[in-house]
Amino acid sequence: MRRPVFALAGLLALLIAAAAGAVQPDEMLQDPTLESRARDLSAEIRCLVCQNQSIDDSDASLARDLRLLVREQIKQGRSDSEIRDYLVDRYGTFVLLDPPFRASTLVLWLGPLFVLLVGGAGLIVYLRGRSRIAADGSALSEDEMARIERLIGDGDRRA
Amino acid sequence: MKRALFLIPLLLFLGLAGYLGFGLTRDARVLPSTLLDKPAPDFDLPPLLPGGAGLKTADLVGQVSLVNVFASWCVPCRAEHAIWAKVTKQENLPIYGINWKDKQAQAQAWLAELGNPYARIGFDPDNKAGVEWGVYGVPETYVIDRKGSIRFKHVGPVFEDTLDGTIMPLIRKLREEK
Repeated sequence: MRRPVFALAGLLALLIAAAAGAVQPDEMLQDPTLESRARDLSAEIRCLVCQNQSIDDSDASLARDLRLLVREQIKQGRSDSEIRDYLVDRYGTFVLLDPPFRASTLVLWLGPLFVLLVGGAGLIVYLRGRSRIAADGSALSEDEMARIERLIGDGDRRA
Repeated sequence: MKRALFLIPLLLFLGLAGYLGFGLTRDARVLPSTLLDKPAPDFDLPPLLPGGAGLKTADLVGQVSLVNVFASWCVPCRAEHAIWAKVTKQENLPIYGINWKDKQAQAQAWLAELGNPYARIGFDPDNKAGVEWGVYGVPETYVIDRKGSIRFKHVGPVFEDTLDGTIMPLIRKLREEK
């Protein structure tokens, strides 16, 4: 009876540990509102060492430096967008996990829409063509019907 | 005309395959520096070696130079290190070091073992200057022009091919600039 409870408690502990990310207690800000702002912001910043993790997730030492830097700047009263700009100025837009809408990212943002439109147009053309044939049962001319008869007849004779 | 329509999916596929194939030839780990063709950032580092010279922004103005970011814990830095001694022997080119996220005693021992080709070394244990330069790993090497602007960045160790093929030709070109 006890065991499932322990297992559940263990599972919960694991979940809580996962939610805490890589942030160490000594990095955290005293003020919980500022700390939660720092957490939200660091979740958007790419760790440049382990490129598909945010600095909030990564145990890399560079990620720790950037977490401390984000918190330092929050303490100084900078806004989220000011901090983001600060990092982009130094590391480039790649430091943002969410790529901005720019000329160089047009294909990234509009590519899927383009594929959807082209694919949709192709599908509509195809379906229209098919329904025209289906609606008009005598799509084949008399000559064609006669030829089919002949071909089928041939097949029968040979079999 | 209608017969050619069947080529459309093929052409779309070839276009997509070509585009994505080109993407595969690029190394995603190498990021372009945002500081290219801009003045070196503001920084002022204390010397790594006792009695040695530190490194700050103003030191980079006046001559073409190289800035090399290194650390004693970095294996590729060890691999490329010998090339800097060769460069200082053959060329009258100052190489400045930024010792990044390192321990002072270990960095000093590392240079004592491998030799010290650097004219100045700034000690940056807390990544203070590193953030300004956009350093995200070691080694990184920057070519600085006479005015103190960053003209080229190489991520990873520098070997003969990069040095002779890219860096030295650029340095010769920059030396001719007024």
